[in-house]
Amino acid sequence: MKRHSFSTRVWHWSNLVCVVVLFMSGLTISNAHRRLYWGDWGFAPEQAWLEVPRFPDWMTIPGYYSLAVARDWHILMAWPFALMLLFMWVAMLVNRHFKRDIATSRKEWKPANIAADVKAHLKLDFDHGGGKYNFLQKLAYGVVLGVFLPMMVFTGIGISPGMEPTFGWMVDLMGGRQSARSLHFIFAFLLFGFFVVHVLLVLLAGPFRQIRDMITGGRRDEA
Amino acid sequence: MKRRGFLAVAGAAFVAGCNKVAESNAGSKLLGAAEKWHQGAHRLLTNREALAPEYPKSAISPYFRGNGSTDPQNGDYPAQAAEGFANWRLEVRGLVENPLSLSLDNIRKLPQRTQVTRHDCVEGWSAIGAWTGPQLSLLLDAAKLRPEAKFIVFRCADNLNGQDYYESVDLIDAYHPQTIVAHLLNGEPLPVKNGAPLRMRIERQLGYKHAKYLTAIEAVASLDDIGKGQGGYWEDRSGYQWYAGI
Repeated sequence: MKRHSFSTRVWHWSNLVCVVVLFMSGLTISNAHRRLYWGDWGFAPEQAWLEVPRFPDWMTIPGYYSLAVARDWHILMAWPFALMLLFMWVAMLVNRHFKRDIATSRKEWKPANIAADVKAHLKLDFDHGGGKYNFLQKLAYGVVLGVFLPMMVFTGIGISPGMEPTFGWMVDLMGGRQSARSLHFIFAFLLFGFFVVHVLLVLLAGPFRQIRDMITGGRRDEA
Repeated sequence: MKRRGFLAVAGAAFVAGCNKVAESNAGSKLLGAAEKWHQGAHRLLTNREALAPEYPKSAISPYFRGNGSTDPQNGDYPAQAAEGFANWRLEVRGLVENPLSLSLDNIRKLPQRTQVTRHDCVEGWSAIGAWTGPQLSLLLDAAKLRPEAKFIVFRCADNLNGQDYYESVDLIDAYHPQTIVAHLLNGEPLPVKNGAPLRMRIERQLGYKHAKYLTAIEAVASLDDIGKGQGGYWEDRSGYQWYAGI
């Protein structure tokens, strides 16, 4: 198993803090108006495609209902979140982490290979053979880094009225401001889904070594 | 159940930690500063004249939601509403050379701008409507701002939860071409719930900046001595961001 590079480790933990604060303050913001719409506009139940449940105080930031304080947190953490994501992408391309460990080859997309990987996961066999990550892992990390996280930034910009005079084309591409808001919510929960599975698999695959390696990088002799 | 309990405890502990940060001096300064970073980034990326999107008439929402004050009962507002706002005056005052006091007729006779724009509430919803009225810049130029003027304060007739509503913007947003004093919504005089007889449109910011029931436009050098000094009703009351372009 190759060591995790310094840039990967710094990004991993700072991103965790950012995403947790953004998610929990986002739940408060969701509580302010618990309906989602498609298109440019929407404000009433008959226009909504989803009625979102009210999130209880223990899972929101702050731990009581304050849209203003939640927005303060959300607006603050958006900066390190977006800048660190940019940093991670630059680092990943420069140190070839992306090409070497995350990008998939055509061979890996063969149904037989995917089936074998799924089967191995179901048997809780996490042996990667020679590579750092298996196919499903590469796919998950690639989608999270390449789609879910960047979409949080883009849909966030799309909701912001002060950005729209410059990024109106992006809002149009998403189908309007309320669509951008809906997508912001959907990608937030896709990320939450990834978080749950990721933590579960770390627990199954040996949490002590996994967490230690993401802090220290891992043993040199294993490299 | 056990796992749920653990999650709740972990969540609550994290929340408590965040609250501690927010309550600390450095923490609250940082939270306040982030608003300025966004404003700076928006101003850097966006031309000061750049327009918020305008829509075709076909995009107008079937009705326009009202929020905050929707039927003020304080002072002489109900009496004014009963007489169709025939004696409503809009003052332009403060740091200006020629203070003005305008009737609704005066305002209707100025050159008008009609814009079909989207109204975004801080809560998250949006509605589209066609707004008509003179650009604020016309009124400010007629009153002639003094060089010390840095902000424009909007005074309102409605008293919400015991405090008079007000809002403020800087001169960039005050002189923005889409910043108008609206008296028509979708071609009709403003409904009471949407701010009759006059409301501001500050199209690149969230709804709470668009002061309704407008009685005066005041040029000031600083916001410190107005209300609780945060620049607006919700800013004073709940700590909402003064720059509401986010």
